[in-house]
Amino acid sequence: MFRYDTAFKWFCLICAGLVGVLMLGFFIQLFISSFSAWREFGLPFLWSREWDPVNDKYGALPSIVGTLSTTVIALVIALPLAFSAALYLVDARPIVGEVLSHSIDLLAAIPSVIYGMWGLFVLAPLMQRYVQPFLSDTLGLGRFSLIGTEFNGFGILTAGLILSIMILPYICAIMRDVFRMTPPMLRESAYGVGCTKWETARDIVLRYGIRGILGGVFIGLGRALGETMAVLFVIGNIMEMPSSIFSGSATIASTLANHFAEAQGLQRSALFALGLVLLVMSFGIQVLAQYYLHATGAKRGEAKG
Amino acid sequence: MKRRPLTWRKLTNQFVKIFSTAAVLLAVGAMLWILYTVACYGFRSMNLSFFMTPTMPYGAVRGGIANALLGSVMITFGAAVLAVPPALCAGIFLAEYKDWKTVSNILRFSANVMMGIPSVLVGLFAYIILVLPTGNFSGFAASVALAIIMFPVIMRTTEDMLGMVPDALRESALALGMTRTRATLCIVCLSARKGLLTGILLSLSRVSGETAPLLFTALFSDGWPKNYFTGPTANMPVLITEYSTNSPFEVMHQAGWGAALVVTVLVLVINLSTRIIFREKKT
Repeated sequence: MFRYDTAFKWFCLICAGLVGVLMLGFFIQLFISSFSAWREFGLPFLWSREWDPVNDKYGALPSIVGTLSTTVIALVIALPLAFSAALYLVDARPIVGEVLSHSIDLLAAIPSVIYGMWGLFVLAPLMQRYVQPFLSDTLGLGRFSLIGTEFNGFGILTAGLILSIMILPYICAIMRDVFRMTPPMLRESAYGVGCTKWETARDIVLRYGIRGILGGVFIGLGRALGETMAVLFVIGNIMEMPSSIFSGSATIASTLANHFAEAQGLQRSALFALGLVLLVMSFGIQVLAQYYLHATGAKRGEAKG
Repeated sequence: MKRRPLTWRKLTNQFVKIFSTAAVLLAVGAMLWILYTVACYGFRSMNLSFFMTPTMPYGAVRGGIANALLGSVMITFGAAVLAVPPALCAGIFLAEYKDWKTVSNILRFSANVMMGIPSVLVGLFAYIILVLPTGNFSGFAASVALAIIMFPVIMRTTEDMLGMVPDALRESALALGMTRTRATLCIVCLSARKGLLTGILLSLSRVSGETAPLLFTALFSDGWPKNYFTGPTANMPVLITEYSTNSPFEVMHQAGWGAALVVTVLVLVINLSTRIIFREKKT
C-alpha cells in the first residue's frame, strides 16, 4: 500500500518537473536551431542593422529597437493610467469598485488578435486622420526628428498605444493588490496627521508597496515585449531602423510571425536567433518581476501573521 | 521641512482625483469601444449558413467558418486533454509534498517564469519539436503548444487552491487510515474542486484566443479538419488574421469580423460565467 503512495508522489514530481524541463528545453532547442546564424554572424548579429534576405545578411538591431521603443511607449502611457486607476478602484465604494475592476480585467481576457483587428480597422485610420496630423502639424512637433512629419497611421506610436491598452489591466490588477496590502493603520495615521488622499497615496502607499509595484511593472513589460498579433497588425512590418515614432518598424515577435513561413536556411536560423534574443530578454524580465513580487509576498505573509 | 500652501495641496488632490477617475473611464471605455466595434461589424455576417458552410478559397463569395470553428474546438480540447492531468498532479506536488522545499521552490519559480514567456516563442518551440521532425504542420502540434501555455497556469492555480484547504481536513483523513494518495485525491482535491475548475476554465478561455503559436503549428486549410494529427488544421484565430491582413476582398474582411465576434463571445462567455458561478470560492 505504501509503495503505491510513493509511486504517486514520484508521478507528481515528474509532472511538476516537466515545467523545469520545458524551461530548459526552450533555451536548448532555440540555441541549437539558431546555431548556424550565430556561427555565421557571431555576436555582432545583435547590433547589425541589415536585414537583407537577398544577400543573406541578417542583423537584429532594427527589430530590437522596434521592440524596445513600442514597449517604452506602452509603459509610459499605461503606467500612470494603471496607477491612478488602481488608486481610484481601491478607494471606490465596494460595488462600484468591483464592477469596474472586473470590467478592466475583461480587457485582459479579450484575445490579442481582436486588438489587432481593432487597431487595423479603427485605430490606425483615426491616428492617420486626427492624432498624427495634430501632433505633427498643429502642435508643431514635426520639427523634431523624433516625431517626424511623415505618417500613414501605422507605426511605432500606434503599436505602443494598443500595447498600452493591453498591458494596463495586468499592471492595474497587481497594483490593486499591493494597495490593499498597505496596513490600514499606516493609512489612517497619514490621514490623521492631515495628509490629503494624494499625499497618502504618494508618501505612504507607494513607498510601502514599491516592490510590488515594480513587480507589476515588470509583468506589464514582459507582456508588451512578447505581444505578437496586436503589434503585427499595426506596426507596418518594415525591417529598417525606424527614423521616428511615426515610422513603420517591426518587433522581434512580429518579425517571427511575419517572415517565418517563407524563410529558408540561414534566414530561418536568424529568425530562431531573434527568438532566442526575445527569450533571454523576457526571461530576465520575468526573473526580476518574480524577485520583486516574491519580496512583497513574504511581506504580505508577515502582515497577516 | 518644505512649506506647502493648503490651497495648492487641495488643488493637487482634486486634480489627481479627476485624473484617476478619467483613467478608469478610459480603460473601461476602451474595453466597451473594442467590444462595440467587434459586435457592430461582426453582427452583419451572422446567419445560419455562416456557421454551417466551410471556408472557401480566396475570391469565392459564400464562405462560412464551420471548419475553422470545429478545428479550433478540436485544438483547444486536445490542449486541455494534454495539459490538465499532468498540470493538476504538478500542482498537487507543489501544494501537498512539502518535504522537498528546494525542488518545489525551483519548480514554482520556473512555472511563474513560464507564465510570462511570450506565446510566439511557445509556437516556435512546438515547431522545432513537432513540426520539423514530422515534416508537416498539424493540429496536434497546435494542441501541444497551447498545452505548454496552459500547463504553468493550471499548476499555479491548483497549488493556490489546494493551499486554501484547511489542514484539519488532511489530518482527519490521514487519521482515519487513508493513504496519502487517497487523502489527497478524494478529500483535498474534492473539496477544492470548484477552485480547480475555475483555474482550468480560465486558462482555457485565455488559450482559445491565442493566435501566435497557431501560426507556427496548425497553419490553416480550407477543408474540414480531417487530419488533425498529420495536416494543417483550420482554426479561428488564424482565419481572422489571414482574412483581415492578407486579403483585398471586402467579403473576407466581413467574414473576418464575423469570426472575431464568435471568438470574442466564446472567450468572454467562458470567462464571465466562470467568474460569476465560482465567485464565492475565490475570497
